[in-house]
Amino acid sequence: MSGQSALDRPNSYISRAVPRPNLGRLLQGRGQYVSDMNLPRMVHVAFVRSPYAHARIVSIDTRTAEAAPGIVAVVTGAELAKVCTPWIGVLSHLQGLKSAPQHAIAVERACWVGEAVAAVVASSRAEAEDAAAQVEVVYEQLPIVPDMEAALAPDAPVIHPELGDNLAFERRLEVGEVDAAFAQADAVAEAEFVFGRHTGVTLEPRAILADWNAGEERLTVYLGTQAPHMMQTILAKHLGLAEAQVRVVCKDVGGSFGIKVHVYADEMATAALAKILRRPVKYVADRVESFLTDIHARDHRCKGRIAVAKDGTILAFEIDDLTGIGPYSVYPRTSAIEANQVVNLVGGPYVVPNYRARARVAFTNRNVMCQYRAVGHPIACSVTEGLVDFAARKLGMDPIEIRRRNLIRDDAYPTQSASGMKFEALSHHATLAKLLSMIDYAGLRAEQARLRAQGIYRGIGFATFIEITNPSAAFYGVGGARISSQDGAVVRLDAAGGIVCQTSVTEQGQGTEAMIAQIIASAVGVPLSKVRVILGDTDNTPYGGGTWASRATGIGGEAAWRAGVALRENILKVAGIILQADPAVLDIADGQVIDAEKRPRVGLEEIARIVYFRPDTLPADFQPELIATRHYTPKKYPFAFTNGMQASWLEVDTRTGFITLLDHWVVEDCGTVINPQLVDEQIRGGVVQGLGAALYEKCLYDARAQMLNANMADYLVPMAADMPDIHVGHVQTPTAESALGAKGAGEAGTAGAAAAVVNAVNDALAPFGVTISEIPLTPERVLKALGVI
Amino acid sequence: MKNRVRMIVNGDPVEAEVAPRQHLADFLREALGLTGTHIGCEHGVCGACSVRLDGAVIRGCLIFAVQADGARVETIEGVSDSGEIADLQAAFAARNALQCGYCTPGMLLTAQELLMQNAAPDREAIREYLSGNYCRCTGYQAIIDAVEATAKARREAKQ
Repeated sequence: MSGQSALDRPNSYISRAVPRPNLGRLLQGRGQYVSDMNLPRMVHVAFVRSPYAHARIVSIDTRTAEAAPGIVAVVTGAELAKVCTPWIGVLSHLQGLKSAPQHAIAVERACWVGEAVAAVVASSRAEAEDAAAQVEVVYEQLPIVPDMEAALAPDAPVIHPELGDNLAFERRLEVGEVDAAFAQADAVAEAEFVFGRHTGVTLEPRAILADWNAGEERLTVYLGTQAPHMMQTILAKHLGLAEAQVRVVCKDVGGSFGIKVHVYADEMATAALAKILRRPVKYVADRVESFLTDIHARDHRCKGRIAVAKDGTILAFEIDDLTGIGPYSVYPRTSAIEANQVVNLVGGPYVVPNYRARARVAFTNRNVMCQYRAVGHPIACSVTEGLVDFAARKLGMDPIEIRRRNLIRDDAYPTQSASGMKFEALSHHATLAKLLSMIDYAGLRAEQARLRAQGIYRGIGFATFIEITNPSAAFYGVGGARISSQDGAVVRLDAAGGIVCQTSVTEQGQGTEAMIAQIIASAVGVPLSKVRVILGDTDNTPYGGGTWASRATGIGGEAAWRAGVALRENILKVAGIILQADPAVLDIADGQVIDAEKRPRVGLEEIARIVYFRPDTLPADFQPELIATRHYTPKKYPFAFTNGMQASWLEVDTRTGFITLLDHWVVEDCGTVINPQLVDEQIRGGVVQGLGAALYEKCLYDARAQMLNANMADYLVPMAADMPDIHVGHVQTPTAESALGAKGAGEAGTAGAAAAVVNAVNDALAPFGVTISEIPLTPERVLKALGVI
Repeated sequence: MKNRVRMIVNGDPVEAEVAPRQHLADFLREALGLTGTHIGCEHGVCGACSVRLDGAVIRGCLIFAVQADGARVETIEGVSDSGEIADLQAAFAARNALQCGYCTPGMLLTAQELLMQNAAPDREAIREYLSGNYCRCTGYQAIIDAVEATAKARREAKQ
């Protein structure tokens, strides 16, 4: 890392692909997911869920269920509401955002298919499910809002009459002289982009085990979550407890991707049931429940226009985005963030002098929708990059050339986007050059032309993107949510010479534990094997945000770095006394204090022995501190933007409509790379989730707002045989805001993958004069575009 | 009503009373505490509950425990302790071929079955064989790499 003097450490692990320390247990099936846990006296809950999208609950007869074998309790919404207060998912900085109170179990009305209306607790999950089938609920069906288009019709039924209408949130933005720009343009391209509603499909469904100890008056919640401290606050608030009475423990998590960072009604109900029943209660969603109640994402319909001059210069963008979020804005992060991001991000990689945007967020009687990996980014990227391609086509310009002419110059920073997003330093042109060095663009074009003559249609598509990472308090904190944007690390030297780090960022498989261990080992100067990382426990970690929005490395990693450096200084103070040397000339390498000539002088184990067991041999006025705590939050920039570019090479079978992915490339710039292997695998995993959205994934709803494919046989996800190998390259532009210079990388893959694929499909279909701007790109959609069906 | 079943699980004889409706994956997890066999979809699609039954990899959610009466069952814990797939596990670790780890036991058992049938599968064959095992985290490439590397190392070890 040239120019990164702070990182220029002896035996540094920064930028090294070391294996994750926690893999052994996962490889042997000896991890501990919440699904695996059992506690003495534990009981299981199953939920009775509404079969209707909108219905008044007339009556609930629990008598038969209560007499069923193994039953502990049957609890209705009204009963549960005495223990758990409702919540409203709004944030004050999203002006005008409104929502209605949501209960843990529906009290008067069910507002989507799958909303819980009663809970059945039994000694086994099977018995709870048996009895749940015997709870007799009388419903009176109410008029429904089946989709977002219907939501805003003048005669639409209003889901929450007290809110006046179904418009949860609207944002408008106008920058420059948009109408004049379109009037002066040499070419205007426009399209309507449609994004299917899809979901996270974590392989381990949501799971919670809540234990109320009446003797301690304390609630311990084992939860697969990305944000333990946020959940601690929320559980305390709605269950009428002090925060100190709630401990949230997060062990292994079977996938999350944004799914497990929200407040779920059934999880709140489970915690409340533990309090009511004074014993441990476990809930694990089954796969149908996952599809019906895990947050969904996307479901956007976005009209877009671009104005360009003859030379390809972008003059203006205009977008009008509509999204449907279900009957409630999800608590506490709200369901307006994705649409807000679309407004913020459209046109982001380019110099855009004029920009007009409107985003509308509508209530519907479908499942709730909220933030999932790369929130808003795939929509903004697909709209932007689709329009850029359509404009290039009108001008007869190569897609690479129009991008080269409009991407913000690499020497133009700091600067900002049309929407006001502040960019510290991005590398669009270096990224483009790197991408072109990885693909044989001329060769691919030649192959395309040669194969077209044989009736084989291949296309190459590009997508440039920017990604929001390392969010400051500007994301949630300023809007009144108790979601921390800072993170902390506590690092100590133990008596046997080992280093223990407690961190507030969390692990769901990204490699957080490895990343923190590498940073600590480098900062202190010890072998990686000496470092142990503790995370995911509100009783045993410093207060912090957790792992979401590509923030764990950039924020939690920086806190760990600073704590590690501070511990090294503390250790060297002791070493200075022992060696009668100036601590400033000493350092630590490989677990040994070294002098200016890099000679090992004393080991950390010996220092620990003296401090812990023979403090009498140290000066009376000296108190050693073999522990250090540091916190970090970004302050100069609201977000550390990253950038990148993807390319997709694929073949469209014009007879069947099937798309075969042949190759995929990504170049991204997340600043300093801590572990290249982990970053690459984040990119690849993210790309494949984006490819799922592009080709397969959609929650299908009928006119009654029933989800038609709430199972893994009918909801298609990417499987090994369908996916290409993905080539990943890097440009590194560290943020100067932190010592490490690291930005996030977890969402970059998802941000641009679908856009690259759609652009490649349109490139493949160019000889037919048709374009598609709706995903997923099912064979049916391709054949319809071609006029075959 | 419960039925008595006897089986050999990871080499040890097991005898238990099971409800006829309990599937094998739940039996392994709940009755025997072998929680390395994971539950993902419970309708035979995701592969998280893959175990070996009389030598063949099957879906633990698609067979009732009573159907395994008299059978030899091997789970991820068993093949880990026997050392049978130690090299494959090491290759997964070296290549970071797992993230959350929830699909990993099923992925390893299925990959091992492929390698026992075909000592030199190409990448396409590996992708095809693992195409019934869902992984949401990795995008599969690292898994394919790890299986390919293990196949190569095993071939070289034989020469």
